Amino acid sequence: MRRIKIIEEKIFVFLSAFMTYSLILVLLFIIGVIFVKGFNALNPDMVLKTPRGGYYYGGEGGVLNAIAGSLYIAIGATLIAIFIGLPAALYINVQLIRHRKTQNTIRYFLDALWGIPSIVYGAFGFTLMLFFGMNASLLAGIITVALLISPIMVRTFDEVLSTIPRGLHEASLALGSTRTETAFKVIFRQGFPGFITAVLLSFGRGIGDAASVLFTAGYTDNVPVNLDEPAATLPLAIFFQLGSPIPEVRERAFASAVILTFIILLLSFAARYLAKKYSRTNLR
Amino acid sequence: MFNPDTILAEKDQNIQSAAVSHEAKALRVNNLNVYAGDHHILRDISLEIPANRITVLLGPSGCGKTTLLKCMNKLTDLYKELKVSGNIFIGTDDILNTTHNIPAIRQKMGLLSQRPYPLPVSIYKNVAYGLKIKGIRDKKLIDFSVEKHLREVGLWEEVKNRLNAPATSLSIGQQQRLCLARGLAVKPAIILADEPTSALDPISSKIIEHLFREMKRHYTIVLVTHVLRQAIRLADHVIFMCDGRIVEQGSPSDLFSQPESDELRAYLIDGN
Ligand SMILES: Nc1ncnc2c1ncn2[C@@H]1O[C@H](COP(=O)(O)OP(=O)(O)OP(=O)(O)O)[C@@H](O)[C@H]1O
Ligand SMILES: [Mg+2]
Repeated sequence: MRRIKIIEEKIFVFLSAFMTYSLILVLLFIIGVIFVKGFNALNPDMVLKTPRGGYYYGGEGGVLNAIAGSLYIAIGATLIAIFIGLPAALYINVQLIRHRKTQNTIRYFLDALWGIPSIVYGAFGFTLMLFFGMNASLLAGIITVALLISPIMVRTFDEVLSTIPRGLHEASLALGSTRTETAFKVIFRQGFPGFITAVLLSFGRGIGDAASVLFTAGYTDNVPVNLDEPAATLPLAIFFQLGSPIPEVRERAFASAVILTFIILLLSFAARYLAKKYSRTNLR
Repeated sequence: MFNPDTILAEKDQNIQSAAVSHEAKALRVNNLNVYAGDHHILRDISLEIPANRITVLLGPSGCGKTTLLKCMNKLTDLYKELKVSGNIFIGTDDILNTTHNIPAIRQKMGLLSQRPYPLPVSIYKNVAYGLKIKGIRDKKLIDFSVEKHLREVGLWEEVKNRLNAPATSLSIGQQQRLCLARGLAVKPAIILADEPTSALDPISSKIIEHLFREMKRHYTIVLVTHVLRQAIRLADHVIFMCDGRIVEQGSPSDLFSQPESDELRAYLIDGN
């Protein structure tokens, strides 16, 4: 009996360790592959220059247009999503604290929105764009991506806020704070690490998504300087270059993928650092 | 402008007026009923809380003590499922049936809960919080008040060199005293303490008990406790509840030595 338990325990520990490490291994493998495949094309020009004539046939230049476009769109969309998501998540958790049914209905809808494929957001953004007589542009891309990532922002932040004990709400109210003061001075502060996670996750989704910007942001070889100009994006740059018959250009697709991955990793570390720094004062 | 002496003088006046009006009532509850759906949680509760005394609420688990405290500072508002009726008077104001300036009503009651909930900010900011939301910006006044209230709960010497450290870095016992200091800083008249020592070690509990005994000169205290010895040590007035009803209330000597009801007799025997 006892021996069986020991064996059972060993098998389970082995299996779960195996699953954990193989997942990490797969991720490392992916990063390794794009790095190796893109290595030859990784040079300062890639990040410092825009495509010159003949770039897509192996000529000179880089993907600065796509890097800038992606950053503009992801940052713009994330700012809008914060503007929408922060009050929304606080509203759900503070103002609606008495109304569990309403809370859950809202969460249900947001989850549904989260699940909608990004191409649908792309199509919706495209329709919206035509309706307002706009062209494919930075602005249209920002708005579409903002719609895509807002539910992610709200729900991720909300998920953390919803775990805050009621006692903290009550303590804050008992001191004479209004609900709004409770929301911004206490609950937001306590949920700050969750807010950072929400921003990171939304930004990552925004910068990595191709389908939502395909019709809405367009593509250009220039770095956009106005909101009504089209903007290139890294996922689309990868897509176009990967489809090329020329090996050098395909190498550049992988180099672009390395750049995209690097941006996301960098942000991940920054977010972790911030979340850690600001959770020092948190109630545990 | 700011002058510590006037504040202290104000306090002295409070003490004197308390001494004069011996049987003053801080709070009066009249026919309070609370339902959660079909569940009748509080039944026809009528009671008076004597000012500058420690009133101990006793009763078996689930009898509605926490709910009664929550009615007193209107935290029942947070629970949609609770239907509350009756009156709670402070002086002549019915605080239960008003929606006017609820934060000000809550500021009249300091709340000390079963486990401490320090705000997710520094030690200093925890105590300063109540003042800041009252709109006080004067740094000197806030500094003075923070020190005064941390001294009042005997925490000053322990934390004066790390006021900017997170409140959560304190031990649970220290956190509970911090929460008390934070509550006192908004100048409540009544302290509602819901099993404030149940999560604490014996020494921290003793400190809190000692504080309560000191504090009743300036404040009215309503204390929920399951520790009979604590009730005996602290109570000036005892209210015994059972199943949402007040079964007996009166002076501790009467209730503890000659319980009239079977419920209280059983509770006293089981509790010892
Ligand atoms: N929000 C609520 N919804 C439904 N029922 C509730 C709610 N709050 C309290 N109750 C019920 O009311 C009764 C009294 O609860 P309360 O917390 O006031 O008891 P208590 O006397 O403080 O108990 P304890 O000594 O265990 O803390 C319990 O039966 C509880 O289940
Ligand atoms: Mg209770």
